[in-house]
Amino acid sequence: MREYVMGNGAIALGALAAGVNLVAGYPGTPSSEIIETVSRYPHDGIHLEWSVNEKAALEVAAAAAYSGARAMVTMKQMGLNVASDPLMSVAYIGVRGGLVIVSADDPGPISSQTEQDTRRFADFARIPVFDPSSPEEAYAMIQDAFECSERYGTPVLFRPTTRVCHAYASIEVPDTFAPRSYDGFVRDPGKWVIFPRLSRANHGKMEARNTEIAEDFSAYRFNSVEGSGSGKAVVASGVSYAYVKECLKGREDIRLIRVATAFPFPEKFMLRALEGVREVLCLEELSPYVEEQILKTAGRHHLELRVRGKLDGTVPHNGENSVELSSGILEGFLGIRREQAPAEAADQPALPVRPPVLCAGCPHRASFYAVKQAMKGRKAFFCGDIGCYTLGNAMPLDMVDTCLCMGAGITMAQGLNHTNPDAVCFAFVGDSTFFASGMTGVVNAVYNGADIILCVLDNSTTAMTGHQPHPGTGRNMMGSAVEKVDIGRVLEGIGVRTVRTVDPLELEKAVQAVRECAEEKGVRAILFKSPCVALTRPAKKCAVDGAKCIACRKCIREIGCPALIMDGEKVRIDANLCTGCGLCGRICPAGAIGGEGHE
Amino acid sequence: MNKDILICGVGGQGTVLASRIIAAAAMEEGNTVHSAETIGMAQRGGSVTSHVRVGEAAFSPLIPFGGADLLLAFEPAEAVRNLKYLKKGGKAVINTAATRPVTESLKSTGYDGREMTAWLQGKCDCVFVNAEEECAPFGSAKFLNIILLGVAEGTGSLGLRREALLEQIGKQVPARFLEINTRAFRRGLEIGEASVRTE
Repeated sequence: MREYVMGNGAIALGALAAGVNLVAGYPGTPSSEIIETVSRYPHDGIHLEWSVNEKAALEVAAAAAYSGARAMVTMKQMGLNVASDPLMSVAYIGVRGGLVIVSADDPGPISSQTEQDTRRFADFARIPVFDPSSPEEAYAMIQDAFECSERYGTPVLFRPTTRVCHAYASIEVPDTFAPRSYDGFVRDPGKWVIFPRLSRANHGKMEARNTEIAEDFSAYRFNSVEGSGSGKAVVASGVSYAYVKECLKGREDIRLIRVATAFPFPEKFMLRALEGVREVLCLEELSPYVEEQILKTAGRHHLELRVRGKLDGTVPHNGENSVELSSGILEGFLGIRREQAPAEAADQPALPVRPPVLCAGCPHRASFYAVKQAMKGRKAFFCGDIGCYTLGNAMPLDMVDTCLCMGAGITMAQGLNHTNPDAVCFAFVGDSTFFASGMTGVVNAVYNGADIILCVLDNSTTAMTGHQPHPGTGRNMMGSAVEKVDIGRVLEGIGVRTVRTVDPLELEKAVQAVRECAEEKGVRAILFKSPCVALTRPAKKCAVDGAKCIACRKCIREIGCPALIMDGEKVRIDANLCTGCGLCGRICPAGAIGGEGHE
Repeated sequence: MNKDILICGVGGQGTVLASRIIAAAAMEEGNTVHSAETIGMAQRGGSVTSHVRVGEAAFSPLIPFGGADLLLAFEPAEAVRNLKYLKKGGKAVINTAATRPVTESLKSTGYDGREMTAWLQGKCDCVFVNAEEECAPFGSAKFLNIILLGVAEGTGSLGLRREALLEQIGKQVPARFLEINTRAFRRGLEIGEASVRTE
């Protein structure tokens, strides 16, 4: 059958076609739809889970692969940092069944904290990496990745980027999928228990294995040479290959070398591809990984070769690549001219900026506002975290002083507390992030005597990445109703002295809870519980009574809900956006905002 | 057929559904189709684009600047922002109703989209439609995407059979909303066809 799917869907279907037995991961743009796609197709006999974090996911999958099963782990590139502890070690131990770790990179970055390059991680961990340039290739390549993993008994990385993950294509897939049979775990402590002696021996084997894999990769079908030219050549990898193809449409006379497996570097392939070439341009995103390998190859083989790319300033180090960027660089390198895109007109009117904002009616807005109101006039610091609530940084809320990585808000609030004892230090964390990497931070706070207020913004979902379930939701990816892990009870169990639960939309009560907390010492927690507005049906909507509105704009100035609009001299509520949360009505000094039909 | 269609707007306006309907209809007609969407953080009220590329000759998931045959803009400022994608002689279907970001309400610069439409007038072959007003008889702004899709089809610039589009609307929207969506689409068709006649 033919399926029109996004790159992430292609990866999921490729894994199903490869007979995958277990899939685990943690949501993160641009990788989240892989597991969601698996769940939408028949997957009887496959264990599917959103793990609490990427480290857990990789460990679950590694043990499945020890048992001879085929296992896939999915995450975004920063998730690989979380999973790097098991990754580095499982590279030494190896696997029996295929273990493929999908780590989606995000050049730009479009929705990430860093522009890190998973190919470097492959080199660092000394395991192979596959780098597709389109959804069609991703479907084929993920199956090759499983084969490679099993043939060499090594975990394998699979690195798509945002533009591949979110591109759609039509793919021919089997009508039915069947997980592979496997024989189960066989005890063998000499193989599965990591000790220094075993690591020393395996380190040697890994390097020997990588030499063999590099040979294999030199004959790999997706490492290709096109075009007849000599003298100059273009090397591209990942989606940059698609951009170069777009630029060189109809030009058969330019040699285009494409590297789909950056590590172990297919040196023999590259030597053949570079025959007769004296100058090469490398177009790749994130880090100059392939460029460096070509430089090494040129050095080792005494090639007279000029290498252009990020390292000599021909290609920018940061940001994502594009047809336009590639086209400009290729023009300079090859002396060719493409039809020029129309230049941006000088008289173009100034455009409104549209930073992402909390949705209209989002309960996080109310939570932030309650804390802001309660702390008015007091010195307070607000440590944010990763999730929708990072958007609490936007004006006019302006309630995020730090944001670093998953779970860091809780621990950073402690660092601020120890060095700024005169300030009230708050940590904001979402429910999913709390489970992912927040809990250990709370233990740290209790143990080390920190004086912080933990605000758990519990909207009963993982909202930013598309509403995945988590341990607090009572649902998992096997379709089972499961016991909800209760955040309040977890906190009490850890030893948090006071745990208050409030509905942030009951503004006065929420403000009061924060005020009370601020007067206490030690680790205190407030659970702001209100479901994500994207998952609930709106209550009756709010409206502004034009006769009562005094146009003070307090609602707009203080909470900045997208549904509040200035309509001439008065405020109007966009009924298409309003969810009826009523927060604006609670702060209106003129009592001009009320429920539906309010005139 | 080779055709590049850029759909742009603001997160939440329903650009993704419009692009899926176009892509599915083009595939039903036997074309190779690729598309790409803005997903993630930008969906929260940010600028969003969908690129639909019909034909074998598309390599990049995104349409190159100056490559789009049709710019289907759900918002006037987004039309200006993405005009660079439109090819010389390409068609632009533009909703004139502005979506004001929170930052504008805070600073009160009075952005209402009129400056954008005035500027666009001289820049390309534009069809303007106030899709917000057109939505009113249907009782919800949710029909904006289907109306604009109808306008685009009505101008003849999609290169697809309207039966193919209607069939895909039937597949992609919930059954209980099919009748009203069909009416919204037909209203769009009228506007699009009228714009061609008056040229």
